[in-house]
Amino acid sequence: MPIQPPGLTTDVARATTFEHVTVIATESLSKRFPRVTALDRLSLDIGPGVTGLVGSNGAGKSTLIKILLGLSPATEGRAAVLGLDVATSGAAIRERVGYMPEHDCLPPDVSATEFVVHMARMSGLPPTAARERTADTLRHVGLYEERYRPIGGYSTGMKQRVKLAQALVHDPQLVLLDEPTNGLDPVGRDEMLGLIRRVHSDFGISVLVTSHLLGELERTCDHVVVIDGGTLLRSSSTSDFTQTTTTLAVEVTDSDTHPDGTDALRRALTGAGVKLIGHDGLDDRGLPGAGHILLVEATGEETYDIVRDSVAGLGLGLVRMEQRRHHIAEVFSSDETPRTAPAAADATRQKGEGS
Amino acid sequence: MTSTERGTTAGSETSRIHNIGYRSYDGPRLGRGYARRSLYSQSLRGSFGLGRSAKSKVLPMLLFGVMCLVAAIIVAVAIATPTATALPIKYTAFAIYLQAVIGLFLAAQAPQSVSRDLRFKSVPLYFSRPIERVDYVVAKLAAMASALFILTGAPLVILYVGALLGKFDFADQTKGFGQGLVSVGLLSVLFAGLGLVMAALTPRRGFGVAAVIAVLSITYGAVSVVQAIAWQTGSSGAIEWLGLFSPITLIDGVQTAFLGAGSDFPGGSGPDAGVGMVYLIVVLALVAGSYAVLMRRYRKVGL
Repeated sequence: MPIQPPGLTTDVARATTFEHVTVIATESLSKRFPRVTALDRLSLDIGPGVTGLVGSNGAGKSTLIKILLGLSPATEGRAAVLGLDVATSGAAIRERVGYMPEHDCLPPDVSATEFVVHMARMSGLPPTAARERTADTLRHVGLYEERYRPIGGYSTGMKQRVKLAQALVHDPQLVLLDEPTNGLDPVGRDEMLGLIRRVHSDFGISVLVTSHLLGELERTCDHVVVIDGGTLLRSSSTSDFTQTTTTLAVEVTDSDTHPDGTDALRRALTGAGVKLIGHDGLDDRGLPGAGHILLVEATGEETYDIVRDSVAGLGLGLVRMEQRRHHIAEVFSSDETPRTAPAAADATRQKGEGS
Repeated sequence: MTSTERGTTAGSETSRIHNIGYRSYDGPRLGRGYARRSLYSQSLRGSFGLGRSAKSKVLPMLLFGVMCLVAAIIVAVAIATPTATALPIKYTAFAIYLQAVIGLFLAAQAPQSVSRDLRFKSVPLYFSRPIERVDYVVAKLAAMASALFILTGAPLVILYVGALLGKFDFADQTKGFGQGLVSVGLLSVLFAGLGLVMAALTPRRGFGVAAVIAVLSITYGAVSVVQAIAWQTGSSGAIEWLGLFSPITLIDGVQTAFLGAGSDFPGGSGPDAGVGMVYLIVVLALVAGSYAVLMRRYRKVGL
C-alpha cells in the first residue's frame, strides 16, 4: 500500500478540518452477533481530551474499540475516527491511533526497549526514529534502567507502563486504552491515572480510556460516556458528574458535652443551611459504623469550611471528611433517558456508595 | 537528544514520573509495506538467533555450521581425490541426505517465530497497526522460507565454489548448482508452510517443536517402510505414488522428475515427468493450503 502524501486526499483533508471538533464520532452504530447484540444504535460525539468509556463487562466497550480501529465491520451505522471513516480508512486510522489492550501482550524474553522499538517499526517509524522515540517514550512512562532487562521480570505496574509505551511510541493523535488500571494496586492505579492525564495535558494526545469503575475515571477524564448493553446510558462532561454537587461523608467523635456528636453536628449543620442527604442525613447503607456518618451535600468550597467550623465550634473530633465517589451502579440504576439526565437529580440519589 | 529536565514531580510521593518535556514526532511514517519488511527481517534474523539472547543463537548456528561443514568436507574429499571429475554427490541430493538437520532447524525455529506472538497474545498489537493479517502471514512465511533457503543454499554455494576450484566441468557444475537451488527453494517454501502451520496451531512452544518433528520424521519413516515393503514384494509400481505422503519424498520426487536428481526411493524408481506433475501439484497445493490455514488461524486470534 503506497503512503498517502498528507493533505492530498479528501480523507486526510477531512481529518485536519474535523480534528478540533470531533475525535470519535459514531452514528447509530450497531454490532450484532448471531446470539448477542454488542452495540445497539450507539451515537457518540467525542471531542479532544481524556474521555472515559464506562460500562460493566460485556457492555460493548471492546467491540466499540475494535470497530474504531477498523478491524471489525459494524452491522449498521457509521463511525469516524479523526475524521476518517472506519469502514474505508482502517489502515490510515491505525497509523494515527495507539491501542493498549486489556490483557497481557508482552513476550517475557525480550527487553522493553527491544519490544517497543519493534512495535514502533511496525507502526512505520524508520529504524533510527524508532529507537529515539522508544527511549523517550519509555522515560515518559517512568521506565528507566529496567528497560534493558527482560520483561518477564517486571511487576504488573511496569508491564502496564510498557503496554502504554507501545501505544504511544509512534506519537498518535489518539490512544485507545482498554482497562489500563486492571490488576493494579491502589498506588499503581493512581500512578497510571496520573500518567493518562499527562498523555493529554503534556503530550497533547487525546485519550479514550475504558473502565468498569466510574469513580476512578471521573477524576481523570474531561468527559465520561457510560454504555450498558450496547446502548448509550449517559454522555456528559465530568463537571456534570462531580463539580456541581459532591457528597461529603463526615464522621465525628462524641464528647462529654455532646454525647451524640453526630446528632449535634446534624443540628448545627441544618441550622447553617447545609443540605443533608439520605435518611436524616445518615448513611444507612450497611457499612460498619455507617450510622455515625453524615452525608452532606457540598455545593462548593464553603461547605467544607462550614463543616470544619461547625465541628470545631461543637468541640468534637473530626474523624473523617471525604468525598464519596459515584459508583457505576448508581448510573445503571438511572431510569432517565440518555444525554438529558440533569446532574442535580443524580446527586439526590447518591446514597454514598464508596468506590 | 535535546530534551531537558524541566522540573520533576519530586514533591509527589506516589509518582516517580518526571516531566522531561514531550517531543512530538513529525518524521516520516513509512506505512504498511515498510512494516511488513521490518517484520520479515526481524523474523528472519530471529530464525538464526540474531537480535535475541546468546542462548537462542546456539542451536540455529550449530545446525548452520553442520550443514556448511559437511559441504566443506565433501569439497575437500573431491579436491583431494586426483581422479575426481565431479563432486561425489549431486547438488540435489545434499538436502535429502541432511534432512534431519533441516527438520531440527525448522522444529526449533518455526515455533519461535509464531508461537511466541500467539502465546503471549502480542498478535493484537500487530493488527492494531497499519499492517494486516495478510502482511503478517506473508512476512512470517517468507522469513521462515528464507531462513531455510539460507540454511540449505549456503552449503550448495560451498559445493559449487569447491567444484570450480577443483576445475570440474563448468557448464555441468553450473547446471547442477542451478537445479540444486531450485530444489532447495521449493523445499524451503514447502517446509516453511508446513512448519508454521504446525507451530501456529500449538501456542505452547514445546508442542510445536514436537509436532514439526513428528510430521517430518514419522511421515518419512512410514513412507520409507511401506516403500521398502512394496519393493520387497515386487509391487514397485506403488513406490512412486507412496512418495506423495511425506514432505521430503515429495521434494525428492519433484527433483527426480524435473531436476535431474537420482531418486532416493528404493530401486531408484522415482516418478517420471507425468507422475512428477502430480508431485509438483501436491507441493504447490500444500504451500497454498498452509497459507490458507495460517490466514484462518490469524483471523481467529486477531484483536
